[in-house]
Amino acid sequence: MALSAEESGRLARLLSEHADRLTQRWTERVGASLRGRLSQAEFARQVQELHRSMIDATRNGLTELSAEQGGELRAVLAELSRGRARQGFTATETAISVFAVKDVLLELMEESPDAGTLRDFVAFSALIDQMGLFTFESFVRTRESLIADQAEQLLELSTPVVKIWEGVVAVPLVGTLDSARAQVVMERLLQTLVDTGSPYAIIDITGVPAVDTQVAQHILKTVVAARLMGADCIISGIRPQIAQTIVALGIEFGDIATKASLADALRHVLRLTGVDSARRHQRRES
Amino acid sequence: MTAGVDLGAPQIQAIRSDDDVVRVRQLVRTVAVAAKLSLVDQTKLVTAASELARNTLIYGGGGSAEVASVDDGRRRGVRIVFADSGPGIPDLDLALTDGYTTGGGLGLGLSGARRLVDDFDVVTAVGEGTRITITKWSR
Repeated sequence: MALSAEESGRLARLLSEHADRLTQRWTERVGASLRGRLSQAEFARQVQELHRSMIDATRNGLTELSAEQGGELRAVLAELSRGRARQGFTATETAISVFAVKDVLLELMEESPDAGTLRDFVAFSALIDQMGLFTFESFVRTRESLIADQAEQLLELSTPVVKIWEGVVAVPLVGTLDSARAQVVMERLLQTLVDTGSPYAIIDITGVPAVDTQVAQHILKTVVAARLMGADCIISGIRPQIAQTIVALGIEFGDIATKASLADALRHVLRLTGVDSARRHQRRES
Repeated sequence: MTAGVDLGAPQIQAIRSDDDVVRVRQLVRTVAVAAKLSLVDQTKLVTAASELARNTLIYGGGGSAEVASVDDGRRRGVRIVFADSGPGIPDLDLALTDGYTTGGGLGLGLSGARRLVDDFDVVTAVGEGTRITITKWSR
């Protein structure tokens, strides 16, 4: 238990008696730590809101932040840290906004010290520590969800399937091809093959820094899946160093057509479909 | 066997997840560039490191990679030590056979990595773990 019901009541009195001075000093301290990156009005409002919900909670005899009476206060703290995390403040800067109230309380209590002051302050501190830790945790949770969102966005961004010719789609792979991305690539490619009715797909690996057995296996599986659907795959973008590495590793691409560049791959496909020869034929006639 | 003098402190990267395999690759590439390995040798070393780091993770249950720049007096190189305390490799000759796998891969990781580097040394004991040392020298 952070503080007893009586201590909670005394904290409520202390908070409400010196309301104006307390919020003013608190706002000053928060303002100093944020160094003008948040408008005065914004954090003054946050401090007032925190102050108000602290009074409400302690009036209801809050003894522990996790208790039922602390619900409103927890929501305010979570809202505060969510906002700060999204605005790019550090965890320390966010937690200080809460811890600052300790110094302000100490100032107030030192003005009229009596025998119980120290014990009260320790008890109040315990509650504020809980509030600070809760803020910290909410902050980390928000950041984690931000990172998860971005990872998902990256996954979406990095695997476009583009139609580059009538009946030809291309997948330019960029970066590390791990299992999750390989799965996305395969799904997208197969779906695009169906949607566009394309009989040819070019997988371009120019942007893949290293082709190891796992990457090769993912590519091979994608090719086999595409073949099952009746589409032919060409692998392009095989640079000299990658070619030598693949040979040394002993990976065999079998009868899958491979080309050095995307342009070569497209030319290869066009020749297969007869587009190129048709054009040459025309030129000869004219 | 590997030879040569260590240059500078080796850098250690723990291998606990797929992301760490990527970190090992990046670290190896940085050190290989600093050791002035050619682009082909860099790619070969990075690929070998990727294979062995993934083996450390999947079969060894995690471990570490120690990347160091070395010099034998005539040429510079990069030495990497992969260590885990997993189940070990019961039959090394079989494990080094092309196409042999117990994990559903292509079965080329270990044997391929051996072909990609200049020096390749495996110390393994069943139940105690595996320690693989590879070195790639600049030409």
